[in-house]
Amino acid sequence: MWKELIKGIIKENPSLVLLLGMCPTLGVTTSALNGMGMGMATMFVLALSNVAISLIKNLIPDKVRIPCYIVVIASFVTIVDLSMNAYTPALHAQLGLFIPLIVVNCIILARAEAFASKNNVIMSLMDGIGMGLGFTLSLTLLGGIREILGSGSFFGYKFVSENASTILLFVMPPGAFMALGYLVAVVNKLKKAKA
Amino acid sequence: MEYFVIIIGAVFVNNIIFAQFLGICPFLGVSNKISTATGMGLAVVFVISLATTVTYLVHHYILVPYNIAFMQTVTFILVIAALVQLVEIILKKVAPPLYQALGIFLPLITTNCAVLGVAILVIQKEFNLIQSVVFASATAVGFTLAMILFAGIREHLELMDIPEGMKGMPIALITAGLLSLAFMGFAGLV
Repeated sequence: MWKELIKGIIKENPSLVLLLGMCPTLGVTTSALNGMGMGMATMFVLALSNVAISLIKNLIPDKVRIPCYIVVIASFVTIVDLSMNAYTPALHAQLGLFIPLIVVNCIILARAEAFASKNNVIMSLMDGIGMGLGFTLSLTLLGGIREILGSGSFFGYKFVSENASTILLFVMPPGAFMALGYLVAVVNKLKKAKA
Repeated sequence: MEYFVIIIGAVFVNNIIFAQFLGICPFLGVSNKISTATGMGLAVVFVISLATTVTYLVHHYILVPYNIAFMQTVTFILVIAALVQLVEIILKKVAPPLYQALGIFLPLITTNCAVLGVAILVIQKEFNLIQSVVFASATAVGFTLAMILFAGIREHLELMDIPEGMKGMPIALITAGLLSLAFMGFAGLV
């Protein structure tokens, strides 16, 4: 059971190793906090949709399973969207369009199809939490790197003087691609060294 | 003039890939060859224009009158999934050559976040129907442009001598970063 939980964090990390869910990975990681918020929202949807799908897996006819999964996922995304709008309006405004777009995050559908539809509820919950944690960690890491280089702060705590010049490029779109590119290169290198 | 601004804005200034990060999965996934990139781009132009028209009508004539706009995400994704399936069936019957060209890309499009993203964006921007369709098609043209540019560069990258760790995805991402930097030059155009 613990194996299912920890595999998503490093070995099968969704965004750095499997390269799934690239849009939010690049789009919202302008700061560590944004990355973490997006990761948590995705983790919530991932864990709950995995549980729901593994509960109803025997009721769904095989031919219409993908539309059924999408409806389940979309319902949880709506819950997250409305709750975040109510309780964390600032974060909701920052993440904007990317909250409803959790529906089309390939990680969630991939886990539903590859794992939750074949395993029991507990295992599916563990898998969802593990994958979600891995996603949250890599988004926070990427957000942290971009925030430190681009705005000279970490989780909003500024450690350079107010008018110090920072590498603004890293909070802008090109910086997202480049930071992720180097991060994936490092991960590849580590994977090679281990093998 | 108003439409001209929307088109230039959607294709160059706020390019869907380089500035808004939507549709990155197909952008990285099927951009190895110019021919497949073009096929995917054309399929996306077709589906985005159609899907945005339908979701716009659904939003304004079903969701808003019955006061269930909070169901937007669920409804839109279902409409898009059904529409893609329908397009696939119709194309197979009516235009087999076109189906041959676009067929394999169509199932991939349902989970392309650009389609759902644009459908939600036009509602948020409060466009009217014609503006929505123009914006949607222009955005998709921007997607195609980005795909073809990127595929062209990647074809050359294949032959280059690249450091071991940078091969494959890392160098592709950094290339995309440089392209994105180039597209920032369009900022301030409109």
